[in-house]
Amino acid sequence: MSTTPISPPIIAIEGIRKTYRTGSLEFEALCGIDTTIREGEYVAVVGPSGSGKSTLMNILGCLDNPTVGGYHLAGEDVSTMSEAQLAEVRNRRIGFVFQQFNLLAGLPAWRNVELPLVYAGLPRHERRDRAVAALERVGLGDRTENRPGELSGGQQQRVAVARALVTEPAMILADEPTGNLDSRSTADVLDLLDALHDAGRTIVLITHEKDVAARAGRNLVISDGRIVSDTPAVRAGAPA
Amino acid sequence: MNWIETLRAGAEAVRAHRMRSLLTMLGIVIGIASVILTVGFGQGAQQQVRDEIDALGSNLLIVSPGSATDSGGLRGGFGSATTLTLEDATAIADDTAAPDVRRVAPTTSSSVSLAAGETNWTTSLVGTTTSWADVRARTLTSGRFFTADEIASGAHVAVLGPDTASELFAVGSPVGRTVTVAGQQLTVIGVLDSSGASDSGSSEDDQAILPISTAKALTGATSGSVSTIYVEATSQETLSAAYQEVESLLATRHRVTAAEADFGISTQESLVETANSTNKTLTVLLTGIAAISLLVGGVGVMNIMLVSVTERIREIGLRKALGATPRVIGRQFLVEASMLGLVGGVVGLLVGVVGSWVLPPLIDQPITLSALAVGAALLTSLGLGVGFGVYPASRAARLTPIDALRSE
Repeated sequence: MSTTPISPPIIAIEGIRKTYRTGSLEFEALCGIDTTIREGEYVAVVGPSGSGKSTLMNILGCLDNPTVGGYHLAGEDVSTMSEAQLAEVRNRRIGFVFQQFNLLAGLPAWRNVELPLVYAGLPRHERRDRAVAALERVGLGDRTENRPGELSGGQQQRVAVARALVTEPAMILADEPTGNLDSRSTADVLDLLDALHDAGRTIVLITHEKDVAARAGRNLVISDGRIVSDTPAVRAGAPA
Repeated sequence: MNWIETLRAGAEAVRAHRMRSLLTMLGIVIGIASVILTVGFGQGAQQQVRDEIDALGSNLLIVSPGSATDSGGLRGGFGSATTLTLEDATAIADDTAAPDVRRVAPTTSSSVSLAAGETNWTTSLVGTTTSWADVRARTLTSGRFFTADEIASGAHVAVLGPDTASELFAVGSPVGRTVTVAGQQLTVIGVLDSSGASDSGSSEDDQAILPISTAKALTGATSGSVSTIYVEATSQETLSAAYQEVESLLATRHRVTAAEADFGISTQESLVETANSTNKTLTVLLTGIAAISLLVGGVGVMNIMLVSVTERIREIGLRKALGATPRVIGRQFLVEASMLGLVGGVVGLLVGVVGSWVLPPLIDQPITLSALAVGAALLTSLGLGVGFGVYPASRAARLTPIDALRSE
């Protein structure tokens, strides 16, 4: 299932380039990236800082447009969309997990989790039900009313994962999700991602830590704006 | 995200920074309260003037003598001449010459000292005819007005204003008792009801009304001149027709053209306007100052909203990443600014309303709140919030999600 070649592509990118211009200085952060990520895959994008992996993650997350190149997300061409259209695609297709958790401190856990559903325009009672269900899935069913300040770092990141899950997105995009966590919470969150992957979710993980990347089924190593290796890593216990 | 969600999010954001929101609103509160109070103050003053002038009677024309030039060439003001006569009044009362005039009351006026027993009181002595009470729309609380016979005979009778009566006769009914004027004894035959003008102590309530013949005899006046002729038109509609009839009739009688008239005619409306013109200037000035403070309040809202956008840049980035379009973000901040404005406006309105109850006794000035001023104040405060929220909101909307998320 997870790496079966016949599953349809969620992400298909061709010849993606991203050029930043500061005055007369030009800097090419991505210089031609092609890859396909299929449904149910667990991919780690690995690379040192400055390698262009953050730029790639912004483009994969529809937070930014490529300068050149095509990007199809779940069959839709998103490379030329306007900002408002991209916002809608992000809302429907992508669940974000950030290094900084990015929870709103003033809102209880369930209100944080329901945020994407607010922008999707769902009625309040349905949002609450789905938010609570998502929190139960990450093991925080008893913490729905707690504000982020009342939760540990690991719990906060689990709330963020619940928020990423709540819209049933095509892909979960996790940007250094364990970068701010101690080793126990790191293991917690990675176990959670494993479990989601086992349940058939597509996960793209951006990291610079080799042992985190090792949990994924496939590693894309980026260096100087190019993919330098694409290893279909086999994980212990996962189906080949 | 629908409007209810947006409003809820706005209210949450305002509540999340309670102190800051309160201080921001303070500018609007002060501005709206002062606009409401100054406008109310101006309207109260105008209402007061109108009440006083309405108390003169209705559909009234007030004819006064023109200016007189003395032997030294010094010209007096209006009223200094003695060009109006009792005959003028009789001519105006004529139905064929002035069909739109219902009643006429010529008056003479002088200041005299009245005595009743041990008490004395200086007041204005008005000599007039029987129609005075009707023309001036005055009624009596006790006794009666004098008759045509009493005018013809120069009877020693007097009708007192309510203030005059209470000054001279502290206890008991004045009717039937005697007052002394210039050594002559007058019998009090009636007491006027209060004129209804809003302030107490009005000269309308402090006067002694005498038959015009008696008044002339007492004050030693020999000429037939009168100081004012009150003319009542048959209705509100015929007031201007009556005005022209009186004007042309008097011009003909005095052998002058209307341009060089030796008399002046004012209407209640013109009196109100004259009295209000100074009020108006003051009100406009004060309202202008209050409006500037409102504007400053609006700038305060903008300032705080800009701070809020900067402070919540990560939140904006997150919301955008989760699917908020630039429009939705812009709307959220605009709603927040409008709420600050509107809530400030409502509080300012309450302060103004409370002020309009508490202040009048302290400053001895009435304050009239009008629905128009209240509505305009609320709309203005909302408009300020929206107007000064547009720029911060568009800044929030234009932030790119990556820049916003990346900021620390």
